[in-house]
Amino acid sequence: MTKPVRDIAGVMAVMPIANVNTDAIIPSVWLRTATADMGKGLFGGQRYDEQGNEKPDFVLNRPPFREAKILLADENFGCGSSREAAVWALVQFGIGCVLAPSFADIFYENAFRNGLVAGLIEPATYQALKAAAEAHEGSAEFRIDLPSASVITPGGELHPFRIPASRAQALMRGDDEIAMTLQHQPAIEAHYAAAKAESDWLFPATLQRTQSP
Amino acid sequence: MAVEPSTAFDKIWNAHLVARLDDGRDLVFVDRHVLQETTSAVAFAGLKRSGRNVRHPELTIATQDHIVSTDPGRDEDSYPGGRELLTLMRSNAYASRIKHFGVDDPRQGIVHVIAPELGFALPGSILACGDSHTSTVGGLGALGMGVGTSEVEHVLATQTLALTRPRNMRVRFEGKVGTGIAAKDLILRAMGELGVAGGRGCAVEYAGPAIEALSVEARLTICNMSIELGARLGLIAPDEKTFAYVKGREFAPTGEAYDRAVETWRRLRSDENAVFERNILIDCSRIAPQVTWGTTPEHVAGIEDRVPDPAGFSDARRRDGIAQAINYMGLEPGMPLAGIPIDVAFIGSCTNSRISDLEAAAQVVKGRRIAPNVRGLVVPGSMSVKREAEARGLHEIFRAAGFEWREAGCSMCVSINEDVVAPGSRCIATSNRNFENRQGPRSRTHLASPVMVAAAALAGHITDVRQERQG
Repeated sequence: MTKPVRDIAGVMAVMPIANVNTDAIIPSVWLRTATADMGKGLFGGQRYDEQGNEKPDFVLNRPPFREAKILLADENFGCGSSREAAVWALVQFGIGCVLAPSFADIFYENAFRNGLVAGLIEPATYQALKAAAEAHEGSAEFRIDLPSASVITPGGELHPFRIPASRAQALMRGDDEIAMTLQHQPAIEAHYAAAKAESDWLFPATLQRTQSP
Repeated sequence: MAVEPSTAFDKIWNAHLVARLDDGRDLVFVDRHVLQETTSAVAFAGLKRSGRNVRHPELTIATQDHIVSTDPGRDEDSYPGGRELLTLMRSNAYASRIKHFGVDDPRQGIVHVIAPELGFALPGSILACGDSHTSTVGGLGALGMGVGTSEVEHVLATQTLALTRPRNMRVRFEGKVGTGIAAKDLILRAMGELGVAGGRGCAVEYAGPAIEALSVEARLTICNMSIELGARLGLIAPDEKTFAYVKGREFAPTGEAYDRAVETWRRLRSDENAVFERNILIDCSRIAPQVTWGTTPEHVAGIEDRVPDPAGFSDARRRDGIAQAINYMGLEPGMPLAGIPIDVAFIGSCTNSRISDLEAAAQVVKGRRIAPNVRGLVVPGSMSVKREAEARGLHEIFRAAGFEWREAGCSMCVSINEDVVAPGSRCIATSNRNFENRQGPRSRTHLASPVMVAAAALAGHITDVRQERQG
């Protein structure tokens, strides 16, 4: 169960770089514990110097963007490692929505499961939003309206983003995906029984010996 | 009845389809699931919170590979920073009756090395793992799904995944592969031609005579880097070599069941007229040993080439990206790749840490010494690989050459333990990612094949292994 999300309002930070990888979003040093504050590690490699001090020129260290709720990113955002911590870091920092012309497959799936809105935008929309963000230098509010799948600039312009309708609904309800899948339990069991009957070699006896506690 | 021609991917996917979901995704059955310590702790916590059990503990195995120390003689406590996650992996696995191959088990190793090695990954199966390089098992003709932690929890609770069906794409490798050219060079070349988003949303089938000629271990290397193409997975249709590879492994079917399995596996080839949305052709006869010069795997060139000059690119974004990469790497536009001095040579990772990789590297370094200022590390992919290498005497060759001979783990590929490259230092590595800071803060990484890394370690700089061998 994730927290239902309908609308997000806040400052939009821009990261105008293609192929931002999840190692950059959350470096591996932040993954050594199951309970780290991933928000602090967000873009850690670029955000801090070697002594751990904030680099003042990095976008998320600059005053208005420290409170950013929306991230405008470029092509193939979130590529590389499957680490879901990349999404946790964004969410724990306070980002509720990432808009990009495209996302890497695994990141895109991870986003939905943590209530992070991953909105796909046309390249022209990317340019328009980037221009709007630059014009307002972070001082004004952008708004994400999930029911209409649109982003509203401080100037009141409305731009659409793409998100599969049923998945937007799931975000608005805060669906627990495992619970949804378990509604298919009879079909899953039927598949397993059929596979066992037709391809018994797939389930050899050696596998049945599970670890003794 | 006319049957639509289908791809190997389609055949496997369709055989695992449990339900079509309202949102357009498919619910597929997961035959095999592999856990590692850095992406499973939160999944088990989620199960506990929601009061759910592991549905099929017998279809999951767990190991400790990412954060585990690779120091000779290590145990679970050798790297204190890893203790929390290593302990959680072991206790979670035990509590759920999941087979756990920890550092005290002779079967311990990198997830993508041990899954094929144990016969846990089988042709035609769907295997999930909370690690993006799960595509590796495609080398056996399995569908390897790299997933996030929520999906690990989903598999544990339901033995299924809800996935967007990938599109079919084929990369054919034609032409004669030259001497000294490894599987790593083929896949790095594909990276250079397709880019890091070239396979996004796709199941990539690697095919062609050059692929058919590869050993199963080399095919695992090819499929391993599918994620670097941005692909959802990669696979190679299984053949006689695959069947022979699987036979006799611990969790593989035996006897008459094996024979029936092989009958099924023989059908897992793309039909003659199967449709691929994208078809890419790569001419192997023109592939030289590949080395990356930048900070993403598509920043790659042949050893005879030079670091590109950003000024030569008309697209501003591309130009800036290349300039930034060259700056980070401490290189100059137009400088030859051969001759770039290195500080560290790393042989290991799920890409290139199998016995054939170590054997190839050992043949290059045999009877020679690595350059005085170079730190060389050899990290076998599994304890089984380590034992086999020691039985062949490879450890003696590496040690005599000045390499460290370490225990199995991910080590300096993910650098989440103590195996890091010092700030500003330059490492040539057989791993899969050359991102900024990947091997440690300000580390600089050049990706290459095992023989190229071995040759660079000897020379102290990046060099053409084909000349090293002659000289």
